[in-house]
Amino acid sequence: MVTSETLSADTTAAQDLGEPKMRATDVSVFYGDKKAIDNVSIDIRTEHVTAFIGPSGCGKSTFLRTLNRMNDTISSARVEGVIELDGEDIYQSGMDVVQLRARVGMVFQKPNPFPKSIYENIAYGPRIHGLAEGKSEMDAIVERSLKRAGLWDEVKDRLDDSGTALSGGQQQRLCIARAIAVDPEVILMDEPCSALDPIATAKIEELIDELRGRYAIVIVTHSMQQAARVSQRTAFFHLGNLVEYGHTSDIFTNPREKRTQDYITGRYG
Amino acid sequence: MSKAVTMTGTLAGNPIVTPTRSPAFEARLKKRYAQERRFKALGLGAVGFSLFVLVFLLGTMIWNGLGGFQRTVFDVPVSFEGMGLTVMQTDNEGAAIRALQSQGLPEIVSFAAEKTLGEAGAAQINSEAWREVAAAIIADPSIVRSGGTFALPTTDRFSTAYLGEGQAALQPLARELEAAGHVRRAFDFGFLRRADATDAQLVGIWGALVGSFYTMIVTLLLAFPIGVLAALYLEEYAPRNRWTDIIEVSINNLAAVPSIIFGLLGLAVFLTLFPTLRSAPVIGGMTLALMTMPVIVISGRNAIKAVPPSIRDGALAVGASPVQVVFHHVLPLALPGILTGTIIGMARALGETAPLLLIGMRAFVSTPPSGFTDNATVLPMQIYLWSDQVTRGFVERTSAAIIVLLVFLLLMNGLAIYLRNRFEKKW
Repeated sequence: MVTSETLSADTTAAQDLGEPKMRATDVSVFYGDKKAIDNVSIDIRTEHVTAFIGPSGCGKSTFLRTLNRMNDTISSARVEGVIELDGEDIYQSGMDVVQLRARVGMVFQKPNPFPKSIYENIAYGPRIHGLAEGKSEMDAIVERSLKRAGLWDEVKDRLDDSGTALSGGQQQRLCIARAIAVDPEVILMDEPCSALDPIATAKIEELIDELRGRYAIVIVTHSMQQAARVSQRTAFFHLGNLVEYGHTSDIFTNPREKRTQDYITGRYG
Repeated sequence: MSKAVTMTGTLAGNPIVTPTRSPAFEARLKKRYAQERRFKALGLGAVGFSLFVLVFLLGTMIWNGLGGFQRTVFDVPVSFEGMGLTVMQTDNEGAAIRALQSQGLPEIVSFAAEKTLGEAGAAQINSEAWREVAAAIIADPSIVRSGGTFALPTTDRFSTAYLGEGQAALQPLARELEAAGHVRRAFDFGFLRRADATDAQLVGIWGALVGSFYTMIVTLLLAFPIGVLAALYLEEYAPRNRWTDIIEVSINNLAAVPSIIFGLLGLAVFLTLFPTLRSAPVIGGMTLALMTMPVIVISGRNAIKAVPPSIRDGALAVGASPVQVVFHHVLPLALPGILTGTIIGMARALGETAPLLLIGMRAFVSTPPSGFTDNATVLPMQIYLWSDQVTRGFVERTSAAIIVLLVFLLLMNGLAIYLRNRFEKKW
């Protein structure tokens, strides 16, 4: 139940920034007959961190996964509406899913490095896309990705060790490095810190802030503090609806909707 | 411990009775521990019993089988001086042996035996014994000029008599020759090199081993790729609907079908299509592949299922195509499990007899097969054929063949366990 008021207010707020990187218009997602996402419209901008918040089961992760068509792996999932990446509908029949996912990378809730060496974890994406010619170029990509993910100094002497031998926080940064190794335009993060301790979480948040300058980042989080810390824009989902979307400072200090206010003040969720 | 609980429960003037500190609870606790002890004892008993059975089985087998690896031989010095034997320079061993035969080698050998063992003893030299001498000459032509002492196999009857059984008439002769030091039991290396024969002293396991080898190759080449691809398709690509459910149930049923039914299928289908290939390893392999494939599909699907979905997600998210996800990630991670299942399925196929009976692999094959379309028999079939024979020699040979088969099965299962432990990934 998106009020037209919310939407128009948001659109005006966004207009000063030019065309958005991704734009979802009237998107609904169904699992079989069950509607998980109801008519959501939202803009994702480059050089912004957009946070999706909301209580468990509100559909924020589902919506995130529609942005790079990861829901395609679930046969019962069906998406209606239009999602555009640079003005191109990603659900149109001509869209190449492989290319889409190379442009819209993803980091998952639980760190999921491949059970291969650290080097291979990073090199896998560039290799299947043929982004590097020769070993030295690949080495450079691996080094650059690990540096951007803030992991280089910790692992540079043991690139041949298994990625699964790292600590949880390091594994998650490895996954981020893996995602940025293919130079995506958008990075989707699905509760990237929920399996990590506070120190590792702080590192990831720092990293997200640094990466913002280069990519459009969308982060799903359970923690409102985290959303307030890392994001510039926040979307509040509830029961499959986008209740409110706007500048993070506005959402947290001056929410327009009662439900948003109730949630961020801890009445439910 | 339990005493303390009772005491606190009945402390003078202050009876603390909570549900977990009452005498009733204590009694239940005792019962629980007793249950645990009984269960442990039962488990130990079961393990002990299986160990006992295993040791008993292996013990009898080895005890009987050791005799099967030996045979009774006469030590006979043979001199070739002045006999004018020449060794044919050829790669064809059969032709060289025939050439020696035509030069009178069998007569030379029996003459030498008569000189050493006497007429009665020489009669008990195996009629094919001269072939061993011929083989020795071909292996080392220099002995043609001098001669040497050869271990010549006895007749089957004499061997039995030497071991204290069989014809009473031969036993005094055996004792007499033994006393003279002419006869002994010797390890029979030839058992591992020869094929089937009508005489227990002359049989070997090599023919059946080669037959088993060719059959297993065909089985593996058919069952492994088909089984793995079927498992991959069913797990990774197939939609979940009524058809895939039917396929899944059918494959599970196929794994439970008695092997003799597969034999009938092979007889009805394969031998109708290729009637000239009766007894050939290629047909045997095809029949056994039918039997092995469902095992590989089922173990393969389980191994593929065990690969965490997060790995697939991670690969998809960097832009791997579904085929790349399968071949770069899922298959390598599932491979140890698939291989374990494959080896266990192959071990079952190696020990299988019933389906091969029906497609004619119970032939008497006296030369090892030299290809996939030659007549052949397999190890378990050889055991079955020998166990049909009544003479003492064949009983021992049967046990020896069982040991050879068991050694191969243990090796295969050991390899499966090794692979599982070595390459199992932890997440």
